[in-house]
Amino acid sequence: MIPAQFDYVAAESASHALGLLAEHGDEAKLLAGGHSLLPMMKLRLAQPKVLIDIGGLAELAGISVDGDDLVVGATTRHADLAASDLVRHEVPLLAHAASQVGDPQIRHRGTIGGSLSHADPAADLPMALVALGGSVELQGPDGSRSIGADDFFTGFFETAMRPDELLTAVRVPRQPGVPWGYQKFVRRANDWAIVGVAAVDGRIALANMGPTPLRATAAEKALAGGASPAQAAQHAADGTSPGEDIHADREYRRHLAKVLTRRALEHQAG
Amino acid sequence: MTHIEVTVNGEKRSAEVEPRLLLVHYLRDHLGLRAANVGCDTTSCGACTVLLDGKSVKSCTVLAVQASGHEVTTTEGLSADGELHPVQAAFRQHHGLQCGFCTPGMVMAAVGLLAEIPHPTEAQVREGLEGNLCRCTGYHNIVQAVLAAASEVTA
Repeated sequence: MIPAQFDYVAAESASHALGLLAEHGDEAKLLAGGHSLLPMMKLRLAQPKVLIDIGGLAELAGISVDGDDLVVGATTRHADLAASDLVRHEVPLLAHAASQVGDPQIRHRGTIGGSLSHADPAADLPMALVALGGSVELQGPDGSRSIGADDFFTGFFETAMRPDELLTAVRVPRQPGVPWGYQKFVRRANDWAIVGVAAVDGRIALANMGPTPLRATAAEKALAGGASPAQAAQHAADGTSPGEDIHADREYRRHLAKVLTRRALEHQAG
Repeated sequence: MTHIEVTVNGEKRSAEVEPRLLLVHYLRDHLGLRAANVGCDTTSCGACTVLLDGKSVKSCTVLAVQASGHEVTTTEGLSADGELHPVQAAFRQHHGLQCGFCTPGMVMAAVGLLAEIPHPTEAQVREGLEGNLCRCTGYHNIVQAVLAAASEVTA
């Protein structure tokens, strides 16, 4: 399968990339690892006229601590996130989520900024960002802004990011030693989650239970009110209306959400 | 057309290519290096696995232009002076292949894995080859071959 024709520009800097985005509007797409975009282009589900390659920009990569937050550059690859001692210590759930993406080859190429921008509701990192209460930093022609995870994912493969904006970094609260749980149910190695659950510090996020990664707010409330993990998990699917596909119907997904939430709350690491 | 310069199996190559040219097609059709196979063409099966700067990648999901300025290693680049690479030799010794279609990708994924984890456990080998499918389901001997290669590299 061959993508439709496009022009390719290797951006020399973030501001160069922003200038190109402003010039080409929504005919352009940013390319980093390409592991969400290129498969869509090969299927011709996406046919951008211009690809702006930011994959080589060192200024957008890297992991650091800033006060109470861990800051991860947008082009940081999943394998580097998963292997980082800093991330494993400060936000172990994030390192684990990165280690669960796809397979080793995919983790060598895919980037956190790409995965979040793609906003697949079944994916690991969007769910992790919601569970962690993180945020993304966006840079646009009029400056930069920050959006929290709960507001960033707006629909099925849709985010609050505008076509002329660039996701530069991801920010998550440091939480060394805070217990966390992560459950991902797949039928085959390297599949997307049929349902996923990430739980940490009283927050519970669900993957593939709706058009975006979701908070299991009813279960969170029950937990905060003193319910046991098993009792709280009974509310994990409240208010959700997950999609149906070849892997699972709606009722099965709702059942899985409860089982996996109980496991995520009962079997915590950290 | 875009100018690319890629080091392939230690040799500097340059070409004018369409930006949409996939790395696997550049390797197979432009350079005649046909070890990397196109299997699923959807980043699932791993038959097209090569090393990019020493790390395993699926070359059906990398543009040739993205490899410009970088080093690519294919199965053809593993053996030197007619000597099989230890991973290749172990695949032969332990019958780690049946039809052979997945083999170049399996071998490259294994070489990449052993570069990251020189002494993997069996579980680490199985997880490390998660991105490679063998439709003959010959996984058992493939895992044995990678474990044998790991101990041989040590010896």
